[in-house]
Amino acid sequence: MKYLDEYRDADAARRYADALATLVTRPWTLMEVCGGQTHAIVRFGIDTLLPPQIDLVHGPGCPVCVTPVELIDRAIAIAARPEVIFCSFGDMLRVPGTEKDLFSVKAGGGDVRIVYSPLDALKLAKDNPTRQVVFFAVGFETTAPANAMAVHQAKMLGIKNFSILVSHVLVPPAIEAILGSPNCRVQAFLAAGHVCAVMGYTEYEPLAKRYSVPIVVTGFEPLDILQGVYMCVKQLEEGRAEVENQYARAVRQNGNRPAQDLVAQVFGITSRKWRGVGEIPESGLCLRDDYREFDAEQRFDVSMITAEEDSECISGLVLQGLRKPQECPAFGTRCTPDRPLGATMVSSEGACAAYYRYRPAPSARPLATLGKA
Amino acid sequence: MIPVTDSALLDFNLTCPLPIRDYPNVLMAHGGGGRLMNQLIDTIFGAAFANPLLDQRHDGAVFALPVGGGRLAMSTDSYVVHPLFFAGGDIGTLAVNGTVNDLAMCGARPLYLTAGFILEEGLPMETLWRVAQSMRMAADAAGVQIVTGDTKVVDRGKGDGIFINTAGIGVIDHDQIIAPTSVRPGDAVLLSGDLGRHGITIMADREGISFDTTVQSDCAPLAAPILSLIAAGISVHCLRDCTRGGLSSALVEIAQASGLRIHIVESAIPVRDEVRGACEMLGLDPMYVANEGRFVAFVPAEQADSALALLRADPVSADARCIGHVTDVRDSLVTLRSAIGAERIVDMLSGEQLPRIC
Repeated sequence: MKYLDEYRDADAARRYADALATLVTRPWTLMEVCGGQTHAIVRFGIDTLLPPQIDLVHGPGCPVCVTPVELIDRAIAIAARPEVIFCSFGDMLRVPGTEKDLFSVKAGGGDVRIVYSPLDALKLAKDNPTRQVVFFAVGFETTAPANAMAVHQAKMLGIKNFSILVSHVLVPPAIEAILGSPNCRVQAFLAAGHVCAVMGYTEYEPLAKRYSVPIVVTGFEPLDILQGVYMCVKQLEEGRAEVENQYARAVRQNGNRPAQDLVAQVFGITSRKWRGVGEIPESGLCLRDDYREFDAEQRFDVSMITAEEDSECISGLVLQGLRKPQECPAFGTRCTPDRPLGATMVSSEGACAAYYRYRPAPSARPLATLGKA
Repeated sequence: MIPVTDSALLDFNLTCPLPIRDYPNVLMAHGGGGRLMNQLIDTIFGAAFANPLLDQRHDGAVFALPVGGGRLAMSTDSYVVHPLFFAGGDIGTLAVNGTVNDLAMCGARPLYLTAGFILEEGLPMETLWRVAQSMRMAADAAGVQIVTGDTKVVDRGKGDGIFINTAGIGVIDHDQIIAPTSVRPGDAVLLSGDLGRHGITIMADREGISFDTTVQSDCAPLAAPILSLIAAGISVHCLRDCTRGGLSSALVEIAQASGLRIHIVESAIPVRDEVRGACEMLGLDPMYVANEGRFVAFVPAEQADSALALLRADPVSADARCIGHVTDVRDSLVTLRSAIGAERIVDMLSGEQLPRIC
């Protein structure tokens, strides 16, 4: 299949792995930021092809994983209301809140629906004028334009029974939070290709400079990731710290300007809590005053709902690259995809779920442990 | 973990010692063909109905007649698909082929079906007529007769148009034991054709998901190619149709029931471009998408080529391939060589990828 198979070629993958083995002279720790990349790495076994000196740790770029538990609780409170049709991407439905998940709300009589686009939710609002349709607007910069478009269209069309529960977060502040941590051991980043397709990559240049880390904008297919790793390691070995673009077939330096303009028109910057990590300043989006009428938190008055996270779950450490999933004592025992303690065990993009689902491949090399680099 | 309220726990403890504490109510995922459904079967139905036939956990039960020798297979299935009509079939064709195929997976020649209808008040009579005609045509094609039935009508809003249950019996006129326990190290794993068409067809038709596709459901009766294998003297060790949960769940169930490791090669698994495209777009893995006309067969390696030739001679399995083999490692795992040549585990999904397919 075109645009797919050429990026999954086993011979080319082997050649990249060989080239990396020749290039690398010492241990390096790289973080892939995006959960889509984590999923591809584990699904295709990309890390098992890498020389043992290269350790991939998995970053905070899974939107399902970093949505704080109190926002799940707010979603549950809204979804349980009889007048509400609550729409969400599928993965969010199984994320545990304090007491239950959205699937349980559905089983209890709530009208909870899986949609694949916020515009589908908007259509539901048009088709069901007597109901309140709420879309769970989760994600990074990648999903923000479509969510902004849905709200903008709702305003243009005067659709009053549509609102969104906003949980938008941004990648650069998360990278900065990781780099600023005294425990940080990440030496280079694979930046999230689809985020950069929207935003471009100029905002990463100050980070690369300030913290002296290579940042390579990387795609999601196996050869993309192998090439991104190669470009990172080459910079590290040569003592460079620059922003480079592996994913040039999708990403331009300045990104998608019309999408950025729409996002900026509808959303403003705000501080956000990240599940397992805590509050990061100016790390998320909220609706601007002009669009505040579409804010589900206000419409349904749920902003007073707060919650603490499960203390046993170490997903915060996993999301910062400080622990690997299988280093958690609960991994695979008290925490499984059937009974997740934290969101990283729920989403297919979550590092814990990916490891649980695809590991241990018995022929794979032993997984690298942290603290040796 | 999802805690339950104290009172719910108390009720459970008073009436039932079973360890279902995670979800106090049935979820859609409990019908999704994945781990949650297996847990439900283990803890509720398996525990309540336990007997040697049920405990084999096959698609149907195989038993000897108390008089006259000979063996029969018996199976049942309920059909709740939405939409009722889709490209390549409808709820009627599913209801016949699904049960016919469950019998076929026991190595049986399907003979007779029952049909139970739960109809929602207000259902257009024309819809019911179309479904009945489809069932008759599917039964003719599969060589079975629908010999008894039942009809109930429920209040408007308490059904989804039509729910159908079919049960079937078939005769086993050979001595082979077709079951996970017959799987042997070295067995070839044959897949009868490309994956994912039924699930993607249903998904494309569903409200709230807007994409167009030319894909048609693979819904088809599968007894003929299987009986041709048996008639030709192929030792068919195990069969499983790849319905809910897809190929992955079928293989994981067999690996777990046989205790052996099954190794498959991703690049050998056929998936049509339309299905791959839809799966890439929606973030689905074709290995978990439902099929209604695909099965895996475990046969001795030395018979694999003859078996493939026989399967390919039948239109419903014309694209059959060998996708892997059974290893001698006794760890009940399914492993996969990925497209780029790395190895990983294939796991059963917890719930379902799609809401309510069949």
